[in-house]
Amino acid sequence: MLSFDDVVARFEPVIGLETHVELGTRTKMFCGCPTMFGAEPNTQICPVCLGLPGSLPVANRAAIEATIRIGLALNCTIATWCRFARKNYFYPDMPKNFQISQYDEPLCVDGYLDVEVDGVTHRIGIERVHLEEDTGKTLHVGGATGRIHGATESLVDYNRAGIPLVEIVTKPVPGTGALAPAVAKAYVTELRDVIRTLGVSDVRMEQGSLRCDVNTSLNRPGGDWGTRTETKNVNSLRSVERAVRSEMIRQGNVLETGGTIIQETRHFHEDTGDTTPGRSKETATDYRYFPEPDLVPLAPDAEWVASLKAALPELPRVHRQRLQQDWGLSDLDMQSILNAGAVELIEQTVAAGASPEAARKWWLGELSRRANESGVELASIGATPAQVAQLQALVDAGKLTDKLARQVLEGVLAGEGDPAAIMAARGLEVVSDTGALTSAIDEAIAAHPDVAEKIRGGNHAAAGVLIGAVMKATRGQADAKTVRELVLQRLS
Amino acid sequence: MAAISRDEVAHLARLARLAVTEQELDLFAGQLDSILQAVARVGEVVADDIPPTSHSVPLVNVLRDDVEAPCLTPAEALAGAPDPFEGRFRVPQILAEEE
Repeated sequence: MLSFDDVVARFEPVIGLETHVELGTRTKMFCGCPTMFGAEPNTQICPVCLGLPGSLPVANRAAIEATIRIGLALNCTIATWCRFARKNYFYPDMPKNFQISQYDEPLCVDGYLDVEVDGVTHRIGIERVHLEEDTGKTLHVGGATGRIHGATESLVDYNRAGIPLVEIVTKPVPGTGALAPAVAKAYVTELRDVIRTLGVSDVRMEQGSLRCDVNTSLNRPGGDWGTRTETKNVNSLRSVERAVRSEMIRQGNVLETGGTIIQETRHFHEDTGDTTPGRSKETATDYRYFPEPDLVPLAPDAEWVASLKAALPELPRVHRQRLQQDWGLSDLDMQSILNAGAVELIEQTVAAGASPEAARKWWLGELSRRANESGVELASIGATPAQVAQLQALVDAGKLTDKLARQVLEGVLAGEGDPAAIMAARGLEVVSDTGALTSAIDEAIAAHPDVAEKIRGGNHAAAGVLIGAVMKATRGQADAKTVRELVLQRLS
Repeated sequence: MAAISRDEVAHLARLARLAVTEQELDLFAGQLDSILQAVARVGEVVADDIPPTSHSVPLVNVLRDDVEAPCLTPAEALAGAPDPFEGRFRVPQILAEEE
């Protein structure tokens, strides 16, 4: 069984990514139905999204503009003329037996996105950005015996059918070697940040507004590219990395033992990190694409595109360069923040009042460690930038030592509330009451007369024993430095 | 040379979920071939300066503003569904499990 390292020593990977982004428009792509997430089933549908006879679609200007803006942010050429196409298939996720998409005439083509991994910039080519409509949600129920496939029927909710969906397809990315999984993750992360910055989608992978398919193939060094597989169901940034890695290991082992890779769709399993084969897809010709007769062509004129370009916000890469300068960080420091997915978290923590150093310390230190331990993204670990800023404020005010602050943080992550409340509830505040400290010190001196004598004789190093006793008596809630000063003062 | 083969007609029938008998395949393959051959004659007069036409009206950029319009009520939405269940359209399972 070849390990990942064995595989990259023998083969070169080529990866490609297809990302779907649900746009955050108020209404659907071709009708005025609202797009609210989580509404009761089939309450946001109309004759157009149901494909009822006589209904006609009209394209949403905001969705067209959002797609052009994404294309511009990804350095694409915007088509001067393009059409929508019907993709015909029988699957009940679309009530009209076809999906309106774009086929050979996408709205945006031939761009790139630069992503950084370990200080090296990888330019990921963008093949196309096109606009289509999302499908409905099917719920498979019933598990009859004697059937090959588990479910016997499906329940369909068409609220999502017709929500504008942008598909972003990369060119094949060769030459990343062992970094392929990290490059794939960095690309999706950067793409998500770009789209969030544009404000055209909330890009939440857990709610499905950002979905990703990962293509992977392996070839012998110098050989032709291998057969690729397409891994679906990759629902988090971490999974993007794991899916590429596990598919590389699987393919490497198949090839090494003389097997061949079949071009197929595979499903990623979050729990095991493995992929398994999915249903074989119909080929592109089976979809019988043809120009959508109910929608006239799109022809964005130069002036319209130029005005959208002029209004683009500062993109994440430029924004990060500015932050790095403001925070006075080296390239390496900034890279580790980026790798940890902590840029925005630190930025918000600083905005909530913490110093850049303190914000970086918490997010890259204790919080990163805990996120790694529990295998979650840093952003979803359960502490907010505001809470981290408040925690640091308590440290700065002398109410918490670093050690106590970590205990408070534990409470924050356990959902016990804000740091100040947890400090009070758990009784973790530093004992700064000099009276209480003095009596603890007096008790320590009385318990260790020999040590006290040494200190009186000028042996200040012996103070450690008394400090330890006081810290124990105060359950670690005293500031060791203050205790030391008070001990020496008392025995001088 | 036929414009469409009997196998292609069978494949299209499968894609369109049409149950076509062997006899019908023979019949339709011949008929469809005649139709396609007739339409193909248009290609004989095509010159390089004539672009393929998908839309007969010379209109582009017909767009609407991103403004909400009323939806159907759940009862109206499901009125044409033969077998609704708890506010959803119930359909027989057709393909292998995929979500």
